[in-house]
Amino acid sequence: MTTPVDRPQTDTERTVTVTVNGVPREATVPVRRVLSDLLRDDLGLTGTHVGCAHGVCGSCTVLVDGDPVRSCLVLAVQVEGAEVTTVEGLAREDHRGGQVLHPVQEAFRECHALQCGFCTPGFLVTIAAGLEARDRSAEITEEEVDELVGGNLCRCTGYANIKKAVRHAATTMRDAR
Amino acid sequence: MTTKLFGEPVRRREDARLIVGKGRYLDDIGAGVLAAAFVRSPHAHARILGVDAEAALDVEGLVAIYTYEDLTGPMAEPLPVLIPHPQLHAPRTGYPLANGMVNHVGEPVVMVVATDRYVAEDAAERIVVTYEELPVVVGVDAAREARAVVHEDIPDNVAARHHQETGDVEPALAAAPHTLSFTQYIERSACTPLEGKGVHARWDADDESLRVHSSTQASTSVRAAIAAKLELSLDRVEVIAPDVGGGFGVKIVHPWPEELLVPMAAIKLGREVKWAEDRREHFVSSAHERQQRQEITVGYDDDGRITALDVHVWHDNGAYTPYGIIVPIVTATQLVGPYVVPVYRVVVESVYTNTVIVTPYRGAGRPQGCYAMERTMDRVADALGLDRAEVRRRNLITPDQFPYDHHLTFQDGRPVIYDSGDYPGLLDKLVALVGWDEAAALRADAQARGKLLGVGMALYVEGTGPGPYEGGHVQVLGSGKVLVSTGLTSQGQGHETVFAQIVASELGVPMDDVEVHTGDTRRFGYAVGTFASRAAVMSGNAVALAARGVREKAIRIAAEVLEANPEDMEIDEGLVQVKGTPGASIPLRTVAVLSNPLRYAFDEAAKQATQFAGPGDDSKPPVAPGDAPGLEHRDYYSPIRSTFASGAHAAVVEIDPQTWEIDVVRYAVVHDCGNVVNPMIVEGQVHGGVAQGVGGALYERMAYDADGQLQNASFMDFLMPYASEVPDVVIDHQETPSPLNPLGIKGAGEAGVIPGTAAIASAIEDATGRRIASMPISPTELYDLMRDETAERTAASRQTSLQTGVPA
Repeated sequence: MTTPVDRPQTDTERTVTVTVNGVPREATVPVRRVLSDLLRDDLGLTGTHVGCAHGVCGSCTVLVDGDPVRSCLVLAVQVEGAEVTTVEGLAREDHRGGQVLHPVQEAFRECHALQCGFCTPGFLVTIAAGLEARDRSAEITEEEVDELVGGNLCRCTGYANIKKAVRHAATTMRDAR
Repeated sequence: MTTKLFGEPVRRREDARLIVGKGRYLDDIGAGVLAAAFVRSPHAHARILGVDAEAALDVEGLVAIYTYEDLTGPMAEPLPVLIPHPQLHAPRTGYPLANGMVNHVGEPVVMVVATDRYVAEDAAERIVVTYEELPVVVGVDAAREARAVVHEDIPDNVAARHHQETGDVEPALAAAPHTLSFTQYIERSACTPLEGKGVHARWDADDESLRVHSSTQASTSVRAAIAAKLELSLDRVEVIAPDVGGGFGVKIVHPWPEELLVPMAAIKLGREVKWAEDRREHFVSSAHERQQRQEITVGYDDDGRITALDVHVWHDNGAYTPYGIIVPIVTATQLVGPYVVPVYRVVVESVYTNTVIVTPYRGAGRPQGCYAMERTMDRVADALGLDRAEVRRRNLITPDQFPYDHHLTFQDGRPVIYDSGDYPGLLDKLVALVGWDEAAALRADAQARGKLLGVGMALYVEGTGPGPYEGGHVQVLGSGKVLVSTGLTSQGQGHETVFAQIVASELGVPMDDVEVHTGDTRRFGYAVGTFASRAAVMSGNAVALAARGVREKAIRIAAEVLEANPEDMEIDEGLVQVKGTPGASIPLRTVAVLSNPLRYAFDEAAKQATQFAGPGDDSKPPVAPGDAPGLEHRDYYSPIRSTFASGAHAAVVEIDPQTWEIDVVRYAVVHDCGNVVNPMIVEGQVHGGVAQGVGGALYERMAYDADGQLQNASFMDFLMPYASEVPDVVIDHQETPSPLNPLGIKGAGEAGVIPGTAAIASAIEDATGRRIASMPISPTELYDLMRDETAERTAASRQTSLQTGVPA
């Protein structure tokens, strides 16, 4: 026999103010809501995907104040006042209102680093943050590449082309200095 | 310039949306709609005594609760046996919601619908189900002993006895100069796409129509199943597979209970309902594959040539058999691989266990068959003291033997007749690519570094592109846009790109003009599905035939306008033109306009086709008999039988004799899938398959305990490879076109995974000198094997007194 759960429903709500991809946003959410649900369901940014909901696969990775975090393990109320970047915010607008892809996005396409694309946003933001943070003039090492791709799961690509894309993006960013 | 994109590594067009977060996966659809959650069985085998939902009723936001008692008509009947077979003598399927019994942990018992998933789970955890636990069957050995039974009316737990033979095996074995008999095991893994399953349903009460999105590999058949089960007319149901976050086989099974229950709730409630599977649900309620016990007897001569092969497989099919015996049939028939096996008998007993169902996972029985055959080759080589590559070479079917008839019946009911191939070519390339003949030097180098090194190889032949058919529709719009549609679905294989390449090449238009749609029953209602490496073969050829039909019509119309001979005309870069006559041309988009005689000029282009626009021939009707308005064509490709792709893999492993960590340091692939549409995509498929092969050989297993509890139902505990576990892969290609289809292609989707377990087992055995007869193998298991005095040693290790560094 299963045991009934006697837990009060957690319906306390809080208003969260957060800057997402440079845009100030506000949402009133139950305190138990996780960040991935805030982004996807309350703010309509469905580019962030949930692959395991227990912090292992990395599909839901977003940047909070520049650092990669698993948005399935962070409560929405924890990002109060923070700057969040999702895959939708990686590209920047050019002066004509068009979109300029981040070098990592370009590299993923060029190197066939995605197949079904479900895990891709998590890889993109993680790698973008890593490449932004390093000394661009230095040749990227294999250890750095392994570090940047090593925390996320992909079931389609076998990772070879993801690693290739990291090298490709690093070269582009070096040359664009 | 001639538009020729077939065979080029064209960059994928799906990527434009996927890299900016604009993909549209199942859970991205229907923001704010009602959510479903399920109460699932916590027991592997139990009788349901009661369901008490009282405590859930107070949950604010609860909308509905459904149990089996709420199911009516066909919904109250068992789920369909999708692929019946005469030798599946005792098929069993579950119900959409359990009907009094549960046969595995994770089986759905109650569906809850609420305002969102949080609330649905609040309600679900307050529902009390009372069970009477029953004895549990886990694993093939327990199933065959049958001290406990899964279904009480099946006392031996056997669902099917599949039997094929190509001659009289017993006298052949008796006459063989040598025989060997052995038993080996292979464990369960699973597809594990990063996106689980999911269903969204919207009922339009005014229109009495249902629109369902499902993360499926077979939208047309899901549609038919929903219509049948919910008693709707087919024309009132549409099913769309949106962007699908990986499939690998698990999403070909249908209708999943949720694919029926979510639409049922949407109709009953008159509101949109969605369910997105969570990771634990995927582990315990989707599907697994691979577990078999294989009993093998082989007869062979002094040269290592096989004279007879007798295989008895015990196949674990889990609690139910909705997908029939496809996986065991594939094992049975693909086992013989690229080899001449003069007399072959295979018996597969497919048995019930109280575990998640077993249905195709990429490879779909082939990895097990390859493991059986290739390990047999290794044993024969070892017994005779011959090189493993040489023994294989002596048994290979030679290029002059095609078409080669194995006298077996394949999973599509058609004969196993290999269409084309060059297996010695594969082997030669593999030996060169991996450096097989330099293994001794590699071994010595590793030994100097304190490591054990071994090499292993495995070859396979893969039946790809089975029928019955797929279709394609190609339509040129007045804007010049070329719309292509096919019914099968996509899960990341790049169909939008490869089908566009094919159509652009066939039709002679720029690829940017081509737009491809898959898996949407509104656009194409007839289809089978995406499985068995069939999409490129089936839909690729279907869209090519459809494009050829459009091309023919365009040339006919243009020839009339230009007063030219159709045979002198071509289409290039979207221009229909007389060959070698500059200026004598007409844009394809104009031909599309002219193909549809009009009364009303709704835009500038349309004016050209109206009734007073040109002289016209008033002796003929505007649309000729047998013709149709519009520049479009629909065609189907239905093959006589499957194509047979092939390949050879080799692995070099290094083992640390302190930790017994197994590191694949080199992995070589030679691959032949006939003509290649897009080599970049084919290599991507191979890379991904190899990663799954390595995972299946070294890391992944479904760890059931004796009570039928899956102990590792999370990504914390089920070890799917990260980048750090996947070796660099070197690939060489061979292209042996298929004579069976217009494009000469064979499938490539599953190939990469098939020989992984066999090749890596062989390499570990080579490194350690211990017989590897159970896969996957962990460092701990290898450590135990090395310390086990009774463990079988290979003849090679005894002869060379291989240093294996067993710790004291």
